[in-house]
Amino acid sequence: MKRTVPLIIAIIAGFVLLIANFIPYAEGWGLKAQEWFNILAVGAMILGGGNLVKLHLIKISGQRKGWGYSAVTIGCFVGTLIFGLFKIGVHPNEIYPNVGWSGYYLEGGSGLWWIYQHMIVPLTSMMFAMLAFYVATAAFRAFRAKNTEATLLLVTAGVVLLGQTYAGVWLFEGWLPESMQWLRFDHLTEWVMNIPNTGGTRAITIGIALGVVATSLRILLGVDRSYLGQD
Amino acid sequence: MDKSSEASKNSNTLIWGIIFIIGAIMLVWSMSTSRTGQVWVTPEQHAFTADADGKYSATDTPSSGDIEWVTYNVVPDSELTQEVIDSGSVTLSWSRTIGLWLAAIFTLFILSFLVGDNPAYKFAEALVVGTSAGYVMVIGIWDVFVPLLLGKLAPGFVQTAFLPGMDVSAGTQFLYIIPAILIIMLLFQLMPSGGWISRWPIAFFIGITAGYRMIGYVEADLVAQIKAGIVPLWVTGENGFAFWASFNAVLLTVATLSAMIYFFFSVEHKGFIGKTARIGIWFLMITFGASFGYTVMGRIALLAARLEFLFGDWLHFIPSS
Repeated sequence: MKRTVPLIIAIIAGFVLLIANFIPYAEGWGLKAQEWFNILAVGAMILGGGNLVKLHLIKISGQRKGWGYSAVTIGCFVGTLIFGLFKIGVHPNEIYPNVGWSGYYLEGGSGLWWIYQHMIVPLTSMMFAMLAFYVATAAFRAFRAKNTEATLLLVTAGVVLLGQTYAGVWLFEGWLPESMQWLRFDHLTEWVMNIPNTGGTRAITIGIALGVVATSLRILLGVDRSYLGQD
Repeated sequence: MDKSSEASKNSNTLIWGIIFIIGAIMLVWSMSTSRTGQVWVTPEQHAFTADADGKYSATDTPSSGDIEWVTYNVVPDSELTQEVIDSGSVTLSWSRTIGLWLAAIFTLFILSFLVGDNPAYKFAEALVVGTSAGYVMVIGIWDVFVPLLLGKLAPGFVQTAFLPGMDVSAGTQFLYIIPAILIIMLLFQLMPSGGWISRWPIAFFIGITAGYRMIGYVEADLVAQIKAGIVPLWVTGENGFAFWASFNAVLLTVATLSAMIYFFFSVEHKGFIGKTARIGIWFLMITFGASFGYTVMGRIALLAARLEFLFGDWLHFIPSS
């Protein structure tokens, strides 16, 4: 019951999707399975939300170090849920103005829109932007032309970085003969991206695909059962 | 703490103190000379009237019993002059103004991590976790849970309450009780005991992912990439043999094959295989270098956008985007 049933469920669900791709009659099964998958994914989100609240409540109740930040997290989580689920500030859809809850939950000017625009966007985009500093300093420390491989990495990164800015054009303006224009960083970037980079990326992609196929087959044939846990 | 680290800490504090004071002076100056951090809006009236069949249509002359509401459009900074404000056609939006200030303050909170971990950054971090988790859940519920699950189990209710345009001709689809039960089983993960019950939905997840990914990766990555990699190595154009096109085609093939050989660990990398794998590493290094360059540029573009927001939309030092 604890291990056999889940194993059978995984095998059947996986093979239903495989069969749906080869037998037109079973196409609908695959679509339904994917729909159920999406529904379950929302269930997993609810589980994630529940887990977040549980862990932070434990931290608050124990008044552990930094419990105030946990309170902020729970407050923001619950607040966002209330504004989003109750569609606070959302007007009805213009086609159905008599149905109060028919409007789009992220309508401009609504509560959830306000949270997204003024909290989520600035905070997350600034967090990603901060990586610019850290990547640059890490590169400064790590990039040393010690051997052929490191030199290739360093030169390519430099060419691609400069090739995407105006500097890539400006550096060669006025002095580079027409026949040597291909040396401009923007042109070199284009070539690097189209030829060596495509070759390398293609090899990595094919390798990943083979790995995914092998792992999927191990699951579908019941060889890999690690997802069932130990007991 | 030794003297040198203390001196370094003091000089850091001094530098940041000076930057903070300069920033505050600039902010006060900007607020006194311009509409820094203000968002002005124009109201837009929406009115709908019902006809004899009960169908609603937009109207410019609303009467009693009609449905009405007001939305607000932001006035671009370039169009906002003193004359426009004096005319009374625009109003200051307090909610958006407060939002703008909060967005700017939160941006600075995150930026403060450059000085080191601090309470402002931790506060911003807690905000991100809470709001993002709530936001993702709201999207999932309104985009998937309501139309795909609730809409199948109680189509009449969903159509009346949330989705008036939904097709309910199929009626109640009882088969959808299964995913509903699986969700409940999944939530057993939160219980102190009986966690094994959640294995059933997890197994369903794993099975679907395995089947779906296998087909997807074979089609989109394996077959498509191999197909794209098979190109003529001897390229001819209008003027006969095209040297550079042929060179590029050969290089592309060599890059793909050599990099793949590097990943082939079943054979020892010695002799011909070893040399080819080494060439493969070179191509992989070029690939990683290019990816690095692109990543850095992407992050710098994001940083530029945030600085544009701070100095344009918030402080009005530069034309806002």
